[in-house]
Amino acid sequence: MDLILKVWRQKDSRAKGKIETYPISNISEHSSFLEMMDVLNDKLIEDGKEPVAFDHDCREGICGMCSMYINGQAHGPSRGTTTCQLHMRSFNDGDTIYIEPWRSKSLPVIKDLVVDRSAFDRIQQAGGFISVNTSGNTQDANAVPIPKDDADKAFDAAACIGCAACVATCKNSSAMLFVAAKVSQYSYLPQGEVEAKDRVVNMVEQMDKEGFGNCTNTGACEVECPKGISLEYIARMNREYVKATLIKEK
Amino acid sequence: MMLDSKVPTGPIADKWTKHKNTINVVGPANKRNIDIIVVGTGLAGGSASASLAEMGYNVKAFCYQDSPRRAHSIAAQGGINAAKNYQNDGDSIYRLFYDTVKGGDYRAREANVYRLAEVSVNIIDQCVAQGVPFARDYGGLLDNRSFGGVLVSRTFYARGQTGQQLLLGAYSAMNRQIAKGKIKMYNRHEMVELVKVDGKARGIISRNLVTGEIERHSAHAVVIASGGYGNVFFLSTNAMGSNVTASWKIHRNGAFFANPCYTQIHPTCVPRSGEHQSKLTLMSESLRNDGRIWVPKNQEDAELVRQKKLKPTDIKEEDRDYYLERRYPAFGNLVPRDVASRAAKERCDAGFGVNSTGEAVYLDFATAIERYGKEKALILGLSSPSTQKIIELGEAVVSEKYGNLFQMYEQIVAENPYKTPMMIYPAVHYTMGGVWVDYNLMTTIPGCYCIGEANFSDHGANRLGASALMQGLADGYFVLPYTIGDYLSQDIRTGPISTDSKEFFDAEEKVKETLDKMLSIKGEKTVDYFHKKLGKIMWEYAGMARNKEGLDYAIQEIKNIRKEFWTNVKIPGSQNEMNKELEKAGRVADFLELGELFAKDALERTESAGGHFREESQTPEGEALRNDEDFAFTSAWEYIGEPSEAILHKEKLEFNDIELKQRSYK
Repeated sequence: MDLILKVWRQKDSRAKGKIETYPISNISEHSSFLEMMDVLNDKLIEDGKEPVAFDHDCREGICGMCSMYINGQAHGPSRGTTTCQLHMRSFNDGDTIYIEPWRSKSLPVIKDLVVDRSAFDRIQQAGGFISVNTSGNTQDANAVPIPKDDADKAFDAAACIGCAACVATCKNSSAMLFVAAKVSQYSYLPQGEVEAKDRVVNMVEQMDKEGFGNCTNTGACEVECPKGISLEYIARMNREYVKATLIKEK
Repeated sequence: MMLDSKVPTGPIADKWTKHKNTINVVGPANKRNIDIIVVGTGLAGGSASASLAEMGYNVKAFCYQDSPRRAHSIAAQGGINAAKNYQNDGDSIYRLFYDTVKGGDYRAREANVYRLAEVSVNIIDQCVAQGVPFARDYGGLLDNRSFGGVLVSRTFYARGQTGQQLLLGAYSAMNRQIAKGKIKMYNRHEMVELVKVDGKARGIISRNLVTGEIERHSAHAVVIASGGYGNVFFLSTNAMGSNVTASWKIHRNGAFFANPCYTQIHPTCVPRSGEHQSKLTLMSESLRNDGRIWVPKNQEDAELVRQKKLKPTDIKEEDRDYYLERRYPAFGNLVPRDVASRAAKERCDAGFGVNSTGEAVYLDFATAIERYGKEKALILGLSSPSTQKIIELGEAVVSEKYGNLFQMYEQIVAENPYKTPMMIYPAVHYTMGGVWVDYNLMTTIPGCYCIGEANFSDHGANRLGASALMQGLADGYFVLPYTIGDYLSQDIRTGPISTDSKEFFDAEEKVKETLDKMLSIKGEKTVDYFHKKLGKIMWEYAGMARNKEGLDYAIQEIKNIRKEFWTNVKIPGSQNEMNKELEKAGRVADFLELGELFAKDALERTESAGGHFREESQTPEGEALRNDEDFAFTSAWEYIGEPSEAILHKEKLEFNDIELKQRSYK
């Protein structure tokens, strides 16, 4: 395949960025999108130019490190797919492909296509955990049965990979799908109940502090989420939040 | 130097309890004055960081990714073993211990493995308490499945994303401590040198991967939890950034490197498709619970399949060779990984491979879909359901179990594995070898510890499925936090370690010199060019089958590639910025040294054991043939300069509780 790539280049967080054009040829349709980027970088290095910086690691769709806005869509045209799992067979010979970083005030560009997602870590640190110390003496794992349905729903929520496609795609730059996934995971499990109120209040507070916008039920995040995290979890988080703030005892 | 494994005396079942009761501990008030550096935030490093911080130590944790949650443990799919015996199928700590030692082809340290089996039960309790959503049955209790090399169901799982869920559990435990200020997290930082003061590990030099800044960090102890070195093969199932650098730096500073040649080549990976390929993708071994592995019985059929003139579904049952079921009737498709991988290679080498490269075998779910479909129909009370209905119901059950794996396969190969058998081929997946550690998980450098895949201790020459997660969390949650106290108890009066010493200064200078040198070469070939070249040599001559001639050649060739690298590598950009090529170059430079030691180790071990198959040492049926008389030891290599001139130290392996036998899965 021969392609025209339009890639966002930006030297560092302070520099002004711009789109550069790179023609590229002989790309196998079996190669992944990032393998295509590898070929581009090899070529740029050979030509004495700076390669394009982009985040990636596991290249099997689970680490959540890759993050490209491709032709105006987070992780490109395929649904339920991260950029690293996107294959060139999803494109046509001769296509022009625009490649940009995630765009959000709360996810500043570090270089080229690399963005700073540390806000996500800080939201998790605000309450995305169950306060249990490591010990060999927690109660037996089967002591509290959990209905299969609840366990499955908790799992579905926990499948979030923290890639931030939801933020990138949201017109409000809202991180609510991400936050709701964690809040919901614990809300389905008896272990999460004890700290439920503080958790949701603190995580939402941190989310607001980081400058993420609010949810206006567009649903784009659910569509673009590579793990198919459901919008229902946002409703669930809102319920948890109302419950916590209306009848908060402290 | 004499290797002292420090294994406690007494009966194997009492060793760990006795050890915990007798080692020194650090009091709560003193823990506040002690700093520990942890490099790597996967299951081992993440769980260790959290546990140490909970205990009161000040932890500094480092990862090269943008968040600790992205460490490659996240990609583990299948599950985690624990001797819970919830299925009442006769499992026990002893049985898990026995299976692991046997699976490792009797090349692991017995006492460590027993301890691993012992604490395995606590891991599941701990993770459930943390909110890890394991799979459950309809009664609300935890579900289990079976894995290769064992005859019981002891594997706990969270669909095909067990590693992800366990890592997020450890990550959440870390987050709690980060919020409390007990863990200081350094994301996008890479350890590039170890600092020793008076012979003890007292800190590291790291590079800030965003700014390029070289930083000094001191501590009373350093824990390396940076994972395995499978990427020495270039193509592996590891993450692109997985590397040996932290392990190699401590090796160069005096930590012995054990059994580097013990590599696991995983049998169920998506076959490679072409030269552009950057990595290989694993399909969980759990698929072998329900998938049947076969190739065509007739070479002509295989040829037609390769030319895409014949479809696998058109090959009749009697014309298929379910070679694992044929060769190993007792374990069938669930033989250990090394056995399954070699059997696949044997069939493909003999000309029965099924994709265009000739390097693939089928993994077929048709039988399982039919079986599950019938079962489900019965449960639903359907009388005489149509074949169509049975398949539909069966596919739903299979999807429930392996849905994400099937989806992943379809994305890569663009074929529907519900309708046509998957194609699989072995790929480098895990390294059993690693930094030598004693029973306390301390390396040969005082105060420097190594945990998880980065160390060598528990899996011998072959790791059983679902045991990596178990070991990572065992080391981090339940072993290191105790054993490290024994060493640190001598440090309660030391006070903060200064980074202004000559040792820190020298280490920093050394790092800067190396970086400058690499950047000043300005040669003609990219970093990947060298990495790929190294990988080809490793796969060809130190891969699934090895022999003397090939290994001699590999050592020479790796030396040549290394020489060329240091005169002809081309790295754009500068030191003081985000420079991904420079990061890669540093890692590849270390792989180019490790690869040579790896080949040397494989050369010296003239027996076959587990994942290490020497063509010169096999049974008449082509199985790995051990030589216990001459090789019942761990090879621990001491660095003195050229990797292949390293000095060999032997830790004799003693088996008091398990009889040494030739492994048989027939």
